[in-house]
Amino acid sequence: MVGITSYGIYVPPYRLSRNEIARAWNIKSLGGERSVARYDEDSLTMAVDAAFDCINNCTEKVDGLFFASTTSPYREKQTAAIISSVLDLPRETRTADFTDSLRSATIALNSAVDAIKNGTAQNIVVVASDCRIGAVKSQSEQLFGDGSVALAIGKNNVIATIEGSYSTFSEILDSWRIEKNSFVQSWEERFVFTEGCVRTIELLISKIMERYKLNLTELTKIIFYGPDNKSHAQLSKRLGFELQSQIQETKFELFGNMGTAALPLMLVAFLEEAHPNNRILVANYGDGGDALILKTTEQINRFQKKRNINSFLMRKKYISYERYLTWRELVPLEEPRRPESKPPSVSCIWRDRKSIFALYGNRCKQCGTIHYPPQRICVTCQSKDKFEDYKLSDKKGKISNYAIDYLTSEREVPAIIGVVDFEEGGRIMCEITECEPSEIKVDMPVEMCFRKLGDKGGIYNYFWKARPLFL
Amino acid sequence: MCNIKDKVAIIGMGCTKFGELWDKSVDDLIIDATFEACEDAGVELKDIQAAWLGTVFSGHTALSLSSPLKLKYIPVTRVENMCATGTEALRGAVYAVASGACEIALAVGVEKLKDTGWTGVQPTNVLGRSTMGTSGIEVSLSPPAMFSTLALGYFKKYKIDLEEGKILLAKIAVKNHHNGSMNPKAHFQNEITVEQVLRSPIVAWPLSLLDCCGVSDGAAAAIVTRADLAKNFREDPIYIKSIAICVGPYLDLLTQGYDFAHVEENVRAAEIAYRESGIENPLKELSLAEVHDCFTIHEMVIYEDLGWSPRGMAKEDIEAGTFTLKGELPVNTDGGLKCFGHPLGASGLRMQYEIYKQLQGKAGIRQVKNPRLGLIHNLGGAVWGGIACICITGNERG
Repeated sequence: MVGITSYGIYVPPYRLSRNEIARAWNIKSLGGERSVARYDEDSLTMAVDAAFDCINNCTEKVDGLFFASTTSPYREKQTAAIISSVLDLPRETRTADFTDSLRSATIALNSAVDAIKNGTAQNIVVVASDCRIGAVKSQSEQLFGDGSVALAIGKNNVIATIEGSYSTFSEILDSWRIEKNSFVQSWEERFVFTEGCVRTIELLISKIMERYKLNLTELTKIIFYGPDNKSHAQLSKRLGFELQSQIQETKFELFGNMGTAALPLMLVAFLEEAHPNNRILVANYGDGGDALILKTTEQINRFQKKRNINSFLMRKKYISYERYLTWRELVPLEEPRRPESKPPSVSCIWRDRKSIFALYGNRCKQCGTIHYPPQRICVTCQSKDKFEDYKLSDKKGKISNYAIDYLTSEREVPAIIGVVDFEEGGRIMCEITECEPSEIKVDMPVEMCFRKLGDKGGIYNYFWKARPLFL
Repeated sequence: MCNIKDKVAIIGMGCTKFGELWDKSVDDLIIDATFEACEDAGVELKDIQAAWLGTVFSGHTALSLSSPLKLKYIPVTRVENMCATGTEALRGAVYAVASGACEIALAVGVEKLKDTGWTGVQPTNVLGRSTMGTSGIEVSLSPPAMFSTLALGYFKKYKIDLEEGKILLAKIAVKNHHNGSMNPKAHFQNEITVEQVLRSPIVAWPLSLLDCCGVSDGAAAAIVTRADLAKNFREDPIYIKSIAICVGPYLDLLTQGYDFAHVEENVRAAEIAYRESGIENPLKELSLAEVHDCFTIHEMVIYEDLGWSPRGMAKEDIEAGTFTLKGELPVNTDGGLKCFGHPLGASGLRMQYEIYKQLQGKAGIRQVKNPRLGLIHNLGGAVWGGIACICITGNERG
């Protein structure tokens, strides 16, 4: 049976308390907090983190990568291909972006299931990731959160089989964004909720139950989308679910509504605590909806992960609203009195793609010296072109020296630059992210993470940074 | 024997005032430094047979020199080697004269940094890769941030606590400002105190603003000729004993193990320069030195890299006043980069100007007693892969 074989999540460590937003504008707080992507993160980089987490727990080789988001970095250019390069997937990997709809994740998931059933793919990672921006002072600003969830779909070692699905589309402008706007727009709350979400979710649930001849008592959990906690609770009531334990909670009060990743996160929250043979109904919403019936297998007991939702809750750091505004470029700042860096050259990036995206260095076959960036002449023994590829992206390291630079053109001053010595050899000098100046120490353990350095000349420049070791 | 010692002499030098020279252009600086050098040597522009221009940011080709000076149809070359640029220009002129290709050559170093409107200088493109195309992933590190890694490494290696380390560094800044206060050509001519250094804002932890050299405009020039012809021009020519430029393979960021407490290129350049000039005990034999105090920690490390203080013992020499104007080996007698700022292309020749004047006994109230040999030192690039250069000169032809 086709089903979920692995999952991975990523939530940035940064949290913005909704009371903090309310304080800034003297408005009502929705309570709780939301996750915030650092300025060097976007839907692509967060997807990389979640996909790595997912693949690390996959028993099968990945031969497909589907990216689902409403906030792809490029308007024209595939994100899945960039992510696949970073993950170092083989060239014949099927890549696709499922974008623009809030339910892109389940659309992608259904496509993955179809491909695997057809036998054209064996193991596809569907990664949903979003970094949506709510208008300043709006309810969305408080409600939204940033993060990513990856689900691997395959045939072997399935932890939850996908037993059936039902999909529908609907045409309604409930929440949307046009090309020139950076903020998500929405229509009047009551209309949007009752004519949009409520109608669709009700239809999905009744149709799928009917199609598969199920009744409510056979379901361990019902996982459905609601734009916010209040609507979600109202919807539960309308659907006639009296038993609170049967409804999967949203996590909105802890992370915010993560867009296309919101429903997958609820699914992961369920899977983390599920037992074998639990049957669940999943209903996602956005321009219509997708419903799925899943059933956990014995395999779920063997599926253990270090990075779980709780571990992402533990590593949180609070930021101020001003810092949030700066990170999302919502306030114009004084240009740094430093020379502006030039846009990257596309042919240079292309030439070095292996070392830039998958962080390949090379190792001298003569003397074993590991170099990053890859060299043609060994710095130790001077032998020429006797190298083998050596990947550093998954290697752990320690800070051997660092600089705290107040004269930087980075978004935040000071910038921290570190010299990272990898445990198994090799050294790289790079930016240290997710680390305050007071936290950096010599010998601090770090891991590598893929980040956005900036954009120049219409090109997003991605590369690796180091961050304090997380699990 | 392959050796430049005593084959070439400097017969004239010029140096502009350094500072925020809002009313001077690059051309003005070149003209002012060159004419002071010509007058000092007693030569005219038409006597110059070949010329070298050293500049990092303030010109691109030989025309940047020939056009303001109206040099007429002679070989002119522009050189660039980061902070070693000024000395690189001098090396070109010296080697040309030594080869016999010409008899009188000019070296000019110039930099005008204050027209950019930036804070500090441009982040270093350490590997000097082409700026025409870059993948954009290079780490951008300001110069103070780069040198702050030396402070972190040095303090850790020799177990100097932060407070003590900062005071030691401050003493170097205070010494150089004291020397600079007696120099009308310096950008900063004020005395400072240890407390002022410690109170100044952090620029790149643990370096404070007053641990850093200034950003300035300036130019300096030298005229060289064959040693055997030098006395035809003046009674007191200064003889080149050695010019060493030493560049590493960028080892320290490619491999693990570098201690961030020394600069290998400095050590190697000193070995080469002492060998070429026949110096066995530099601390005893050198009369004075001008070193690359871009940041106080670098001067501290240089004391050891150049073999004046034993490893880990620079602290003792700082406290004993070994490198003060009245000490055993006065260092940065003119105020150093600390007081002159660091217009990259000009600095090497500006340092040479001080040694030249000192060796001629013309340094006024900063005059060192009976000097014989002087050393200048620069480090360009990075502390973990640099371009070190040392030029040793003397007032006696061996």
